[in-house]
Amino acid sequence: MLTDEQQALKPNNAKMSARDVNVFYGAKQAIKTVSIDVDMDNVTAFIGPSGCGKSTFLRTLNRMNDTVANARVEGDITLDGENIYAPSMDVVQLRARVGMVFQKPNPFPKSIYENIAYGPRIHGLASAKADMDVIVEKSLRRAGLWDEVKDRLHDSGTALSGGQQQRLCIGRAIAVEPEVILMDEPCSALDPIATAKIEELIHELRGRYAIVIVTHNMQQAARVSQRTAFFHLGTLVEYGVTSDIFTNPKADRTRDYITGRYG
Amino acid sequence: MTATPSSSVRNPTDWKGAAMQKRIAGRYAAERRFKLLGMAAVLLSAGFLAFLLISMIGNGARGFTRTEITLPIDFRTAPMVVDPATVTAQSLVSANLQDVTAQAAVTALGPNGDTLLSPNAWLTVRDAILDNPQIVTERVVISVPASTSIDLAAKTDASAADEASYARLQQSGMVSTGFNSAFLSASDATDPTQVGIWGAFKGSLLTMIVTLLLSFPVGVATALYLEEYAPKTWWTDIIEVSINNLAAVPSIIFGLLGLAIFLNLLAFPRSAALVGGMTLALMTMPVIVIAGRNAIKAVPPSIRDAALGIGASPVQVVFHHVLPLALPGILTGTIIGMARALGETAPLLMIGMRAFIATPPGGITDPATVLPVQIFLWSDEVSKGFVEKTSAAIIVLLAFLLAMNGLAIYLRNKFEKRW
Repeated sequence: MLTDEQQALKPNNAKMSARDVNVFYGAKQAIKTVSIDVDMDNVTAFIGPSGCGKSTFLRTLNRMNDTVANARVEGDITLDGENIYAPSMDVVQLRARVGMVFQKPNPFPKSIYENIAYGPRIHGLASAKADMDVIVEKSLRRAGLWDEVKDRLHDSGTALSGGQQQRLCIGRAIAVEPEVILMDEPCSALDPIATAKIEELIHELRGRYAIVIVTHNMQQAARVSQRTAFFHLGTLVEYGVTSDIFTNPKADRTRDYITGRYG
Repeated sequence: MTATPSSSVRNPTDWKGAAMQKRIAGRYAAERRFKLLGMAAVLLSAGFLAFLLISMIGNGARGFTRTEITLPIDFRTAPMVVDPATVTAQSLVSANLQDVTAQAAVTALGPNGDTLLSPNAWLTVRDAILDNPQIVTERVVISVPASTSIDLAAKTDASAADEASYARLQQSGMVSTGFNSAFLSASDATDPTQVGIWGAFKGSLLTMIVTLLLSFPVGVATALYLEEYAPKTWWTDIIEVSINNLAAVPSIIFGLLGLAIFLNLLAFPRSAALVGGMTLALMTMPVIVIAGRNAIKAVPPSIRDAALGIGASPVQVVFHHVLPLALPGILTGTIIGMARALGETAPLLMIGMRAFIATPPGGITDPATVLPVQIFLWSDEVSKGFVEKTSAAIIVLLAFLLAMNGLAIYLRNKFEKRW
């Protein structure tokens, strides 16, 4: 259940809520009774040392863990109050509503245009070529990539630089108009300049989509998020307003981690 | 320089010492030895290949040529009545051209002149008339194929009597060498001057089409299911082991299986390309499955994640992303499997494709033979004229194989370009 501080933090419009979530890989428990709300208006950062379960938990939010053969999820996770693990939930539609950006940029080995157009096409969001052109341009503009690629939309997406590829992947995710975007260490493979561009982009996307970002980089969490959750050994140690977590952490483990005592 | 092992102080390595120099020299020698061995292996295999090709082409080239006799025919005195205005292939059948040709040969070449010509010589005369009907009112000279014995005397060696007839013909300047177009358009025959490869070629083509149409979709579907859908249980493990073992089963056993199931149980037509193709498909499918699974495994998981992450269904992930990326690898496996099927003889003997078939198959249910079986049959013949035909058939088989592989490599590169 939620702690008192979490109750106090409980946002007015929680987009996603997790209650007493346990995740198992076979016999091993990777996530232990985690309860958390993801706010529509704020960027939520998950931080913690390697292997603490933050990526695992992120992947339960759009059921990407379904593809892992022996993974098992207990507890309730809701999107707009609807249980996403209920049998009536269509997982394909869920993943369109809860988009994901991965650690390593993974554009399709197709053209830039096709990378963006693929999602809208399979979900039937545009039938005419002109409609699709509009979606592609809007998505690339929102991903901050339009000016760099507008003259070579039919070049391969894999020929772009790492940072451009990651922005292409963000553009691909927002092309299907999701409600939530999950980002799994989106900058870990990028240089500082490309990272700065992605962070700027996250600022611009805030409010339009509920954003959850997993990061190893505590400065990044401080820069881009308004809410921070600290995970350790599969448990949620502390969850609060980002500035509080970084200046006045309540738990010793959080303080030791953010001051660099371990991690 | 000898440090005791118990000494706690380690001597600095003597990089310039004699022992180290010796080690370096030994390393260089080992590299040279390995390089020489590799070059020797390449030379040896290149030598064998060159020997095979040279002997095949040397022998086989003669199979594509024939000895011809320039035969003067005077149609004005010939025992036939043909109106040049209404000449057709039909009307010439009853025109007694066999006798006309034999008569002309006796006139030109002496009492036994007709035996110097191939039994098919009149066909050449017929074609000449069809080309230009006006010649039936004139005296013309037509090059007609010589008999097997004259052909052999011209090309290699024959009995003294045949050599003498050939020498006489040569003196009178009546022999020449021409391209044996009949070899590419005719089928099997008992006389080596009349045999052709077209029947076996068409049989191979039909068999390969049946094999490809059956083994490729089934093999690819199996590979996709096992890799992308099937849960990893002991049951799928057994299927996997069985498929791997199937790829190693001797081909003749597939022939027995085809005989038992397709011919005895299902009563499909014997000797037909349909049954041959089905039998070879059984043999080719495991190869495609194994190559296909490896190619599918090699598709990076990040592509699957990316597609799933924007809400593609599992089927869309497979057909939009995994299959296009795996296709070049699947095609490589298909080339290997089909090349093996094309050269296969043993299983086809079991299902009756070794019969003597003198007409090219009209469809996949007609009796047919295939190129490797035709080579096997001709190599077994007593008549000497079949030696060069066997080599010529091998050249045709190799050309077929190269064309098939060339097409597959072209397709593979085409799909690879779609990044």
